[in-house]
Amino acid sequence: MVTEQLEKVKEYVKESRVYKSMFRRGFEDTPRNRVLAIMGNVFLHLHPSHVKRHSVKLTHTWCMGGITFLLFLVLCFTGVFLCFYYHPDKINAYRDMKYFEYDVPFGVVLRNMHRWAAHLMVITVWLHMTRVFMTGAYKPPREFNWVVGVVLLVLTLLLSFTGYLLPDDQLGFWAVTVGTNMARATPLLGHEGPFGEQIGATAYNDIRFALLGGSVVGGNALLRAYIWHCVAMPVTAIIFLAVHFWRTRKDGGTSGPL
Amino acid sequence: MEENKPKEATEAEVKGVLEHPKPAPPPGAQAERSRRGFLVKLGWAGFALFQLSWIVAFMRVFFPRVLFEPPTSFKVGYPWEYTVGVVNTRYQQQYRVWIVRESEGFYALLAKCTHLGCTPVWWEGENKFKCPCHGSGFTKEGVNYEGPAPRPLERLKISLAEDGQILIDSSLVFRQERGEWEKPGAFLKV
Repeated sequence: MVTEQLEKVKEYVKESRVYKSMFRRGFEDTPRNRVLAIMGNVFLHLHPSHVKRHSVKLTHTWCMGGITFLLFLVLCFTGVFLCFYYHPDKINAYRDMKYFEYDVPFGVVLRNMHRWAAHLMVITVWLHMTRVFMTGAYKPPREFNWVVGVVLLVLTLLLSFTGYLLPDDQLGFWAVTVGTNMARATPLLGHEGPFGEQIGATAYNDIRFALLGGSVVGGNALLRAYIWHCVAMPVTAIIFLAVHFWRTRKDGGTSGPL
Repeated sequence: MEENKPKEATEAEVKGVLEHPKPAPPPGAQAERSRRGFLVKLGWAGFALFQLSWIVAFMRVFFPRVLFEPPTSFKVGYPWEYTVGVVNTRYQQQYRVWIVRESEGFYALLAKCTHLGCTPVWWEGENKFKCPCHGSGFTKEGVNYEGPAPRPLERLKISLAEDGQILIDSSLVFRQERGEWEKPGAFLKV
């Protein structure tokens, strides 16, 4: 009885103009419709319309790329929540972090999800690369996608690095101090690196100065790390992710067993 | 696999390709050297220049003109407050500097190990600066003599301010290995 009523409601919804305007076609389960459902969807169309049998085998892919992407989504989601309570300035940053952890309902869960997902993402990226290397999936015609993947690896590490400073605690402060001191020693770009001094680089015009927005790890550095971490680098990563997925499809899907 | 291989071209086909007359240049090719072609190139060059200058401008944004940072020069009291032969560590926490009073005058050492940048400790009894990170040791003059530090400590510019206090400018460093400790400003004679 109830099932019948539900069936009727379902029928009504599917016949409605609103539903049809969004989904265009019904769920007649034909291979053609399945393909069209993937291809006609803005989120799913990056996927291949069909996959080879070996591609979905966990033993072949470890699902490491998928897990990495899932962690990326988790980081975007929890990161937005962290943003609601965080002020990127020297007076508030550390305080906001503590406040979020101790006083905001579920704050400790969200902060730790963000933290652990970030750690895990670095690990899963490495495992994904290991899998790709071991199965020879970097070889032609997929060599360009390997390069895109390396860019994504660098973005992952840079996102971790910029996120490091944001709690504004001793750990992050010294990590960024050391990291930007390495920038100081970059050839040509840093004032203490090879040829830096010869071309007139000082502590006030080199690459470290541009990264920190000053000569010391202070308020400007915190704000810059925040903008890179929350806006510039995630947007760049999303663009490269889209290309990465698209190329996987265009280069013939996941590589087969050798 | 075999059937995917491209068929070998016969000798006649190869010859045919080689002997094929060159196609006549398209009508646009002549226009490349025309006034219009030149102006088109000029237009694109201008556009490229415009875009390039914007990129330079965007890069320049990352280098602020005015900084809200602690000043690089500071006063560290009057000369008579210092005892001859003693390393003064009073300003280590605030300015990261040690002021040493010798019988002829003063010099200021930057309290930063030349190995990896830790802050060494002045051990009065052993008469040396010792870095807690990797064990580099420096004499009272700042010369490295043990551990991994590759060069002596840096000295900072030291002078007398108008009010008679000692003035230190940490933006000007003097490096011994370059012979800069002999330069004026590395040592304050009294």
